Amino acid sequence: MTKEYKTINEIKGPLLFVEKTEPVGYNELVEIRTEKGEMKRGQVLDTSNEIVVVQVFEGTGGLGKESSVKFTGDVIKMPLSPDIVGRVLSGSGQPKDGGPPIVPDVEREIAGAAINPAAREKPRAFIQTGISTIDGTNTLVRGQKLPIFSGAGLPHNDVALQIARQAKALGEAESFAVVFCAMGITNEEAQNFMADFERTGALERAVIFLNLADDPAVERLLTPRLGLTTAEYLAFDLDMHVLVIYTDMTNYCEAMRQMGAAREEVPGRRGYPGYMYTDLAIQYERAGIITGKKGSITQFPILTMPGDDITHPIPDLSGYITEGQLIISRELHRKGIYPPIDIRPSLSRLMNSGIGAGHTREDHRAVSDQLYAYYAEGCDLRGLVAIVGKEALSERDRLVLEFADAFEQKFVNQGRDEDRSIFDTLDIGWNLLQALPETMLTRIDDHLIKKYHPRYRKKE
Amino acid sequence: MEVGTGKVHRIAGPVVQATGLKSHMYDLVLVGEEGLMSEIIGIAGDKHIIQVYEDTAGVKPGEPVKETGAPLVAQLGPGILTSIYDGIQRSLPQLVEASGNFISRGLFVDGIDHKKKWEFTPVVKKGDKVEPGQTIGTVQEQLLIKHKIMMPPDKRGTIKEIKSGNFTVEETICVLEDGTELPMIQYWPVRRARPSRIKQAPTIPLRTGQRVIDGFFSLAKGGTAAIPGGFGTGKTVMQQTLSKWSDVDIVVYVGCGERGNEMADLLHEFPELVDPRTDRPLMERSIVYANTSNMPVAAREASIYTGITTAEYYRDMGYDVMMTADSTSRWAEAMRELSSRLEEMPGEEGYPAYLGARLADFYERSGRVTTLEGTEGSISIVGAVSPPGGDFTEPVTQNTLRITKVFWALDSKLTQRRHFPSINWLDSYSLYDLALEPWFSENVSPDWNKNKRRAMEILQENAELEEIVMLVGSDALPEDQQLTLEVARMIINFWLAQSAFHPVDTFCPYKKQFDLLEAILAFRDQAFGALARGVPTDVILGTPSKDALAKVRLLEDYEPELKKVLAQMESEFKTMS
Repeated sequence: MTKEYKTINEIKGPLLFVEKTEPVGYNELVEIRTEKGEMKRGQVLDTSNEIVVVQVFEGTGGLGKESSVKFTGDVIKMPLSPDIVGRVLSGSGQPKDGGPPIVPDVEREIAGAAINPAAREKPRAFIQTGISTIDGTNTLVRGQKLPIFSGAGLPHNDVALQIARQAKALGEAESFAVVFCAMGITNEEAQNFMADFERTGALERAVIFLNLADDPAVERLLTPRLGLTTAEYLAFDLDMHVLVIYTDMTNYCEAMRQMGAAREEVPGRRGYPGYMYTDLAIQYERAGIITGKKGSITQFPILTMPGDDITHPIPDLSGYITEGQLIISRELHRKGIYPPIDIRPSLSRLMNSGIGAGHTREDHRAVSDQLYAYYAEGCDLRGLVAIVGKEALSERDRLVLEFADAFEQKFVNQGRDEDRSIFDTLDIGWNLLQALPETMLTRIDDHLIKKYHPRYRKKE
Repeated sequence: MEVGTGKVHRIAGPVVQATGLKSHMYDLVLVGEEGLMSEIIGIAGDKHIIQVYEDTAGVKPGEPVKETGAPLVAQLGPGILTSIYDGIQRSLPQLVEASGNFISRGLFVDGIDHKKKWEFTPVVKKGDKVEPGQTIGTVQEQLLIKHKIMMPPDKRGTIKEIKSGNFTVEETICVLEDGTELPMIQYWPVRRARPSRIKQAPTIPLRTGQRVIDGFFSLAKGGTAAIPGGFGTGKTVMQQTLSKWSDVDIVVYVGCGERGNEMADLLHEFPELVDPRTDRPLMERSIVYANTSNMPVAAREASIYTGITTAEYYRDMGYDVMMTADSTSRWAEAMRELSSRLEEMPGEEGYPAYLGARLADFYERSGRVTTLEGTEGSISIVGAVSPPGGDFTEPVTQNTLRITKVFWALDSKLTQRRHFPSINWLDSYSLYDLALEPWFSENVSPDWNKNKRRAMEILQENAELEEIVMLVGSDALPEDQQLTLEVARMIINFWLAQSAFHPVDTFCPYKKQFDLLEAILAFRDQAFGALARGVPTDVILGTPSKDALAKVRLLEDYEPELKKVLAQMESEFKTMS
């Protein structure tokens, strides 16, 4: 039997302080009724014999000392059934598409227990996204979490959508779903996403959670947890390969900071709470593959770096948890190159397990390293050219510089609907390397040069 | 001490307050109906402050807190090797059996198997006097690792009875005159260092097979090294390579707050890896602690201590142990998180004021020692630090650098050029340099130290020249400086760069390291000789043997090829005009 309390002592920002309760469990789900009968939900953040602190998801607007608080004795759960695919839900999991409430087959705690590292399968299945800068040089594998670090005004959403559209495993048809969590994005952005999902028919195999910019910030703390609980259900109960896209993690972290400030916690870097790393880890680490299960969860978090600053706590901590990052470059975007992914600071940590013979092609690693090396060197040379002019360069340096320009135009640049196979991508790479003398290809073993270099291949 | 029960008073995340307890600081208690593993971390008035190693969702005020009367201990005995643990020495594979793929709460599993029987062979007999730490018998734990059963470090006496045969770790194998019954298992509080007799000077290098480390910034056996590096600098690959190739007997790998998939990779890779020295699986001499970033933060804090305690146990048997802690920044962050929950006064950047002291305590548990028994063992620690934003001035990096003697500065610029290992040769250092010089000149080559200094000088000069090149271009340099640039490029690309994924290049023995560097220096000397004779630089730089030299390092049996290349080089320079 759960009692209702009318013993609210203090309301501060999104927090309620309730007195004189029976023992209340930590993290318990709380139902709050305003005097006008409006229902809100919250969660216990701190509990003791004297006082219980509750964070209210829908905001504390309309609450007063006369509002009643009910502790449900249970933690927050997500109702799940196979019918959830194709639904649009709010940031706190309520239907937003006019459809009926979800009739649950199961209800799952949204906190999410940690996957036992010993039960994890090593991710190694190559996912072809059709984008050269990802497939060729920052290869994605199933079960990976690869964030897109971007800045305000850059086409990160287009890149995410293109990935969602084109991502596939080589030579297999498997059941596949997208979980999309929007956190604090504008109505317009949300509409763009929805329109694209509808245009491409992706909506039928997607579950969408929308917390928009004008929805309560605290609700944002729930959204990824709901989304990932859904993803785990789809992947590990229904054997689906799930791609989770969430945007924008920056808004999520802002909400966390807001909560921390309201609780008067000791702030960490730039006012973000000290536990932000652990909190982000709990979300990001819900990607992966479990031994003996058919499904997988691959994550694409999108975050905009405030002031394009990669050392800002949000991208910085994210980078320590995720398996690499794709960096959207303002410079490339200005040059009109799409997708403007700068491969130099980008990285896929799981690339090695998903490429090479048996996955993509045996020359993949070598070609990628060689492209990287000369593109990086070419970019460095641009700085030099700005000072001394092209004429002062040695012959070798001139070749490298030209290579870097061609690389951006031919390899990086591609159409929004252009779906390149990995073999096309590698061949584009080889064609670019052809412009360099063979002795300069120091990262590629001789037998690979003999086998794949266009000069030798033409002879066949 | 009498074991009692108290009551939960307040819960906020992993920190719980309880009343009615008599436990001491750092004693283990079990919180709530589920019995969550926890540790006393503070006492204030009538309240005990407790950090819980597991998620506290659902715990209510008024639930019981059971005392155990003992601090967090590691279980030490045969069966530790090959284990995969979480931060509080619970076997992860056993947790899978107990609770499935996700880790649920309130589970207790032993650190080592208490049912398995091991064949115990005594080495002492009735009537023998035994001292603390003395071996009383052995167990063949793995095919190549003999596990010594030692007297506990605080026990001495005369043997009244000693058994021989198959026993579980809990069964008595030895009885002393004073009536003490000794099983094979020992319990040791993880926060206390195990004693040894003397700490010795670091005069022997730890061979890693990595040219940039062995050649330039070598680590001594029993030494400490720090790998800082922003994310994406190849830190983790580096640490894994070290675990694979270093010449130590036992590897303890503590994945502290790291990625789940990376741990999965490690857990799949380790059993497949073959130890190059013994042709046996590397896992047979490894212990892995995997407390990923999403596992409870208090267990992450404990993992470093649990790890070093098991390392000390094997050191006491006379083994060389390497412990890699990946990453100590995550460990420091766990301390910060707990400290902030305790509402302690924060120090620099929110870290607790005792951060430096804790780091020092940990690193000081390394060392090459004479054990209580008189044998020699060592623990070398390689600690990764992940400075936020790659900023080396932050507190964890700074406090670590004050303690560790070797610094391998991983450089993201090198990573971007795909230069691995991405250890910056200008910023890194090893304070063991001088102490190790005699060993190298005696055991590898008298010229080792000289060559090393020459190569370093070339790289130094190269760095200065590159600044000029950035301004005026390389063509504007005098010929001898252009040559220096090219030689530096050879050292960087043919010698410092080493592929961890190439089957041969991943490990480079001392002899090969020396020969390759000697060959590059030979090229330099002949090139400068030719230049003095008036040969133009572009002719010198066009020598085919230079490019041939690049591929020698990729050969297992490199000596004939190197000889060929050197001979070719000599004849090319002779005929040059």
